[in-house]
Amino acid sequence: MHELIQTIVNGLTTGFLYALIALGYTMVYGVLQLLNFAHGDVYMIGAYIGYFVIQWFGGPTALSIPVPLLVAIMFVISALGTGVLGVAIERFAYRPLRNAPRIAPLITALGVSFILENSVLLLFGGFTKSYNTNEFISFNTGIHIGAIDIDSVQITIFIVSILMMYGLIQLVDRTTLGKSMRAVASDREAAEMLGINVDRVISYTFFIGSAMAGVAGVMSGLAFNQISATIGFLAGLKAFTAAVVGGIGSIPGAMIGGLFIGICEAFAASYISSKYTDLIVFGILIAVMLVRPTGIFGRPALQKV
Amino acid sequence: MPIGVDEWVAQHTDRRDAGTGWRRVMYTLEARVSWWPRLLIVFVVGLLFAQLNLNSNIEQVAINSLIYAILALGLNIAVGWAGLLDLGYVAFFGTGAYGYAVLSSGNIHWSAIATIPVVFLGTALFGAVIGLVSLRVSGDYLAIVTLFVGQAFMEVVNNVAPGTLGGVNGLFGLDPINAFGASISTPKGYYYFALIVLAVLMGLLHLLDESRTGRAWRAVREDELAAKAMTIPTSAVKIMAISFGAAVGALAGTIFAAQQSNVFPTNFTANILILIYACLVLGGAGSLGGAVLGGIVVTVGEQMVSSPTDAGYLFYGLILLALVAKVRPWKVLGAVLAATAVGGVALHAIVHAISPSATGGSPGSAGWIGHLVSHWVIVPTNATTYGNILYIALIVAVFAVVRVRESLRPFVLVPTLYIAACCWESRLIVNPSITAQILIGAILIGVMTARPQGLLGTLRVEVV
Repeated sequence: MHELIQTIVNGLTTGFLYALIALGYTMVYGVLQLLNFAHGDVYMIGAYIGYFVIQWFGGPTALSIPVPLLVAIMFVISALGTGVLGVAIERFAYRPLRNAPRIAPLITALGVSFILENSVLLLFGGFTKSYNTNEFISFNTGIHIGAIDIDSVQITIFIVSILMMYGLIQLVDRTTLGKSMRAVASDREAAEMLGINVDRVISYTFFIGSAMAGVAGVMSGLAFNQISATIGFLAGLKAFTAAVVGGIGSIPGAMIGGLFIGICEAFAASYISSKYTDLIVFGILIAVMLVRPTGIFGRPALQKV
Repeated sequence: MPIGVDEWVAQHTDRRDAGTGWRRVMYTLEARVSWWPRLLIVFVVGLLFAQLNLNSNIEQVAINSLIYAILALGLNIAVGWAGLLDLGYVAFFGTGAYGYAVLSSGNIHWSAIATIPVVFLGTALFGAVIGLVSLRVSGDYLAIVTLFVGQAFMEVVNNVAPGTLGGVNGLFGLDPINAFGASISTPKGYYYFALIVLAVLMGLLHLLDESRTGRAWRAVREDELAAKAMTIPTSAVKIMAISFGAAVGALAGTIFAAQQSNVFPTNFTANILILIYACLVLGGAGSLGGAVLGGIVVTVGEQMVSSPTDAGYLFYGLILLALVAKVRPWKVLGAVLAATAVGGVALHAIVHAISPSATGGSPGSAGWIGHLVSHWVIVPTNATTYGNILYIALIVAVFAVVRVRESLRPFVLVPTLYIAACCWESRLIVNPSITAQILIGAILIGVMTARPQGLLGTLRVEVV
């Protein structure tokens, strides 16, 4: 029983990460109908920014500021950095192709992903870097009931993710910006005619999506310690699965899809074999796509003739 | 001749493009020579190339170029012609290579005369199964599902049946391509083999392109609904496109595996997929000649980056080419180049006078380029951190060049060029494999932004 609960807790941890990344995919897809393959690499860069923040404040063993403050600073700086990066990517690589054939921005996205990954390889080397989280956040803090461990990193991940998701939903539902986003998502041209600054809305969308991926990157560094230039691809791919399973373009879909994939992965790892985890996740994706091509929450696209 | 267009009006573009004098002769030649003499010319050039006294390194690059050209041809069927975005294509390449590897090693050791057809047809069948997916999902969703097929392939060869597929360590000690007791043992032999395969394939694909199937593919690409209304069996046509592409990819895989005599899972990663896409996109999706040209350019370019002498030619050549193509008028171009050259030398002299160690390193380029730039670029003794900072500065500078107002562009261009050269000499050239990948990424973005139809492709208008 406790093994089951522990698996669910672990699954939720990765699930929240995937959900945060998936939100970025889904928002960008919503406004631009673009599969932003570079998004996973934005997440990876977020993880690197967090790492350098730790180093800046004296490294994991000799921190010059209290740990909660450090974690908060990591989240904020990483979110700002990746947010700006996301806006830059959109401005530089995607905006010139707004009206190009569908294949063009997709291939550009592959190119951006390639450049980001290899730039990190060039700048910081191919070795994995470690957050050494247990040096400054003790495993013993947190909730331990019997054999079930929920350490404080996991608690942080849960709280921050839920807050961010709540904030995002409020933003999209209640604010003018959110309304413009929804307008652009449903019909870009009409939104433009109604006086919405489409370029700015798209920039904001990229900022918010990338910032969430950056936060997720820091969380992954804290939770799994290891970061390297190549973590973005697989995490991005799985978050992508999450977005698709939930129905790409749908915000609640991305959240639930992320948690679903995380839990599936945890169950596959602890009850079947960690070797086949990825294969199982991919299998689920292919199955979902074939049964419900637009995902659980996605609406079937109307074909205009 | 498009229906409903007056003949004389319709020929206007032709007449205008034909120009006069020498250009006219070339243009009419180009228009009059049919496809098979051209193919013959390409083939003969390929044969003559092998007669040069090549070292083994160049031979290997030539073989790889041919393999990538074949891969790009296969990808072109699904992506270029039928418009199905197949991101799992690398799995077909892998299936071909692993199929060959399993059947020609261990205790099976089939002859290639049996292996290659079996692998070819087997992968075509596999492709047809993936093609079934394309009936359920389309557009971006197809791209996602196929991407996962590619990843799943990697997972399978890494984890499933390590006894047969070799797991992470791959399979080695494969038989060379052999039939009736004879086998291809030299690189040159593989070059000829790949060249013949390529030529035959190009001929067949050209015929296919002009056949009813080829037209059906293009019809599905442009408008599936309309194609269906014209009684084209769209389902069968789409399955065929992916299946044919898969078979061609598998063929490339068999040559690859046989020539290497080993296969590893890392040969079939998403990076290779992007490389194949780079070949196709650079050459121009939809054009056979473009796919082959792209395969050659990308492979040769990647190889050139890893040699300190050739990398210089490639880098400075590309920059000059881009400048000549993009900067007008000539006066501005001349001024930019002169300012960069003079400014660089002056800056180098000043920095050298202030702190000799700041210019103590030597440029990464070898040969006369390295000699030429040694008094121009600033390379400190320990260049890694410096190069990293420059790299970030370069990205910001390129960004500025693209974003800045037209009238200010030449002024931003000068420092950008100089930063690019310094960064290249101090950092990029030191890590050729990473640099090659960054360049490929940049080429993908650049080609898509500047010339989405690629080098030899034709621009098409997407009907929305």
